[in-house]
Amino acid sequence: MSYISLSDKDKKEMMSRIGISSVEELFETIPEDIRLKRDLTVPEPLTEVELIHRFEKFAQANKYKEFLSFLGAGAYPHVIPFVVDYLSSRGEFVSPYTPYQPEVSQGTLQVIFEFQTLICQLTGMDIANASLYDGASGAAEAVLMAHRLKEKPKVLVPQTLHPQYQRVIRTYIKNLGIEIEMVGYTETGEIDIEDLKDKLDDKTSAVLVQSPNFMGVVEDIGKISDVAHSVEALAAVVVTEGVSFGILEAPGNLGADIVTGEGQSFGVPLSFGGPYLGFMSCSKEFIRQFPGRIAGETKDVEGKRGFVLTLSTREQHIRRERATSNICTNQALCALRATIFLETLGKEGLRELAWQNIQKANYTLEKLTQIKGIKRKFSGSIFNEFVIEFSGNLPKVEEGLGDKGIIAGLNLGEYYPELENCLLVCVTEMHGKEEIDNLAECLEAAV
Amino acid sequence: MIREPLIFEISEKGKRAYSLPEIDVPVKEDILRNLPLRSEIKGFPEVSEVEIVRHFTRLSRTNYCVDEGFYPLGSCTMKYNPKINEKVASILEFTVSHPYAPFDLVQGNLEILKTTEELLAEITGMDAFSLQPSAGAQGELLGMMLIRACLEERGNPRQIVLIPDSAHGTNPSSAHICGYRVQEIKSNEKGTIDADDLAQHMTEEVAALMITNPNTLGVFEADIKKVAEIVHSKGGFIYMDGANLNALIGVCRPGDMDVDVIHLNLHKTFSTPHGGGGPGAGPVGVKRELEPYLPVPVIEKKKNEYLLDFDRPKSIGRVRSFFGNFLVVVKALSYIFTLGPKGLKEVAEVAVLNSNYVRQSLKDDYHLKYTTSTYHECVFSDKFQKEFGVQNIDIAKRLIDYGVHPPTMSFPLIVPGALMTEPTETESKRDIDMFIDAMKKIAQEARENPEVVKSAPHTSYVRRLDETTAARNPVLRWQESQEIEE
Repeated sequence: MSYISLSDKDKKEMMSRIGISSVEELFETIPEDIRLKRDLTVPEPLTEVELIHRFEKFAQANKYKEFLSFLGAGAYPHVIPFVVDYLSSRGEFVSPYTPYQPEVSQGTLQVIFEFQTLICQLTGMDIANASLYDGASGAAEAVLMAHRLKEKPKVLVPQTLHPQYQRVIRTYIKNLGIEIEMVGYTETGEIDIEDLKDKLDDKTSAVLVQSPNFMGVVEDIGKISDVAHSVEALAAVVVTEGVSFGILEAPGNLGADIVTGEGQSFGVPLSFGGPYLGFMSCSKEFIRQFPGRIAGETKDVEGKRGFVLTLSTREQHIRRERATSNICTNQALCALRATIFLETLGKEGLRELAWQNIQKANYTLEKLTQIKGIKRKFSGSIFNEFVIEFSGNLPKVEEGLGDKGIIAGLNLGEYYPELENCLLVCVTEMHGKEEIDNLAECLEAAV
Repeated sequence: MIREPLIFEISEKGKRAYSLPEIDVPVKEDILRNLPLRSEIKGFPEVSEVEIVRHFTRLSRTNYCVDEGFYPLGSCTMKYNPKINEKVASILEFTVSHPYAPFDLVQGNLEILKTTEELLAEITGMDAFSLQPSAGAQGELLGMMLIRACLEERGNPRQIVLIPDSAHGTNPSSAHICGYRVQEIKSNEKGTIDADDLAQHMTEEVAALMITNPNTLGVFEADIKKVAEIVHSKGGFIYMDGANLNALIGVCRPGDMDVDVIHLNLHKTFSTPHGGGGPGAGPVGVKRELEPYLPVPVIEKKKNEYLLDFDRPKSIGRVRSFFGNFLVVVKALSYIFTLGPKGLKEVAEVAVLNSNYVRQSLKDDYHLKYTTSTYHECVFSDKFQKEFGVQNIDIAKRLIDYGVHPPTMSFPLIVPGALMTEPTETESKRDIDMFIDAMKKIAQEARENPEVVKSAPHTSYVRRLDETTAARNPVLRWQESQEIEE
């Protein structure tokens, strides 16, 4: 199958206008010695029917769908209202590019403007951008932004920040003269405020905090922001589970200067990790150092309201090496999904969704910690994830559960040597009581 | 057309568009006691499902898109996005996969990733690929990090990256984030890198030369091997921006041109949709020497099982969480499987044919600063029209009235008043001719009735928008106090 729309007659006419007798003449300036003198070694073409069969074969090699899973850790299973799939698959949203020509891109631009507004409302900040690649690169962009604003070398990062986010930040900052210092956690699972205070000094640009953090524990953002502000460092809050905004106080109302994170929970399927979307918001005083695309409101020559990409003098296509970030696009289609999701759930729906997550996770926590050989690891308040510790050998327990078709959570030993035999369990509205009770029963049998 | 308000402006208390299942576990209100709870989410919308559907349907109709027509946005390769790829990527086993799933339960996903890596390596002539970067710019950043890591191990990361003046803005920006100082290389009268000039700039403090081939003028850098030799002889690397691979696929391979690192844009050459500005994917290919530095995890096949290798001591780390934009990769693989070897080569042939047809048809009406032969795109300018006070932006806006998306404007920077035109291979002669006719009519209007061009567009949902005011007095979100207009 090919997607060429020219007939032989078309080709002849076109070549005749150009004044060539074969298409090869158009490639004449490619030196002989670098030409490929054979066909590419790629499989012979498949028809639509064959293609579907081929990919169904790949799909059948995936067994995950058959499992009852309690995995979260930065990627969360949530309801996706059917209108999200339906509306976001319209060709008018899927097949244009970045709205460089606003007069024929008002749909995309108004969606971005609504997305920015929703993110500001959720995070309690003044301004938001059109989205970034994912939560991890969002966290890295927050570090770079804080460094540009404060021009001080140090950034404090909690151990309870998602380990992959930690790695991405380290990778991004490696060549920029920024140092990362890690801050520990206490037995509540919260950031260790004393350790934070010890490590904080006048060389600190920013304090990062994830809430709910990687252990599922909700942090005291107000207190951490105050500590950061005591040396004029910025408080940058990272949120990997956006649904928590439905019920937890907006970080902007607690002193945060930058709020960034992962928007996957807003109507984006798990998709083996991508595509997702990062979101980012901040106080308006930082706008000149804010990365990423931004849509703004304006008027046309007749005075009608319209939207455009704006403040582009921060961006790479104008400022080149002096840009605030090298990011070029956003994740527009994922941001569209998030916008439809949030507007469909609405004010009450999002709150109820968040509330159900808290209730179900707490129910599960209570149920599992009644089992002999399992105890709650951290005493801090949780949203929809928690850590439990096994007195016995966790990999063996996991194996036993696997035989029953259950993945009880993420084994933390690999990421935190001190949390050997600890499991991070995520429960959302997608888990019914029956499934939770089944998990408890199987765990009891396996411990 | 109905003027669609912001969703916040039609919101009314108590409306719902979705029902969650009733909670089925015992409820305990005391668990909320220690949490910092918010009151309502101020200003958050409350609408019905019908209103949601109408809102987004109406908004969608104000967008121009590839499904609707010709979209010659230069350097963006706005080819047709095959619908079957969307179907394939929506298979449930892919969309419900959790990225932390035990690897033995996601063998299909890992096989897709590994297969795509291998096919991209074959197509580009590189040795290994990472599919982690989410976009071209992130691919560039990763590519430069790999070069830096390798140079550091050799003892000196060096200080300078050379970039031609015709390059994409992301190139210097990515090099900068990687800790390098950028030195610009001037293009010669043919619009290509001048080997002698390069040799003067090339020192042992230069880490890499970032090139685009064909470059942003659509001109093939025919001296590429010589250029590579100059850079390699002083211990530097050749980074290739693969944005324009559509012109070369199946014809020649960057790896055979002595390129050391390349990023591809799956949303350009490999047909995955642009989505209104992402998600795309920017895989990075390398030669053997740079392979140890690739981000983790690396997928390995051992016997009949795919494994994840995290134990890579020289790895630069990660530029993104998990495995990158997996579903975008699925669509690109679907495209490669659909086209096969001959189909892929035909992409380049027809893309270059279409572009040259456009160039030949319009070269008397629009100025071409560089007359060197071009491949998948060509860069016209507004030089002839400026005589009548008509600029590239006016021509672009007038095209909208003729039902065509404008070309890329004002880029590359070395062509003043640029109109960078890339038709791609998927377009019918009828649609291309419609564009050519429109461009000819606009050239005529510019001479005879310039006002109609300068005040365009006349027929769009909104007319020309005031971008200056938008930047000067930024309104970046809806506020509760704002009144409904009109």
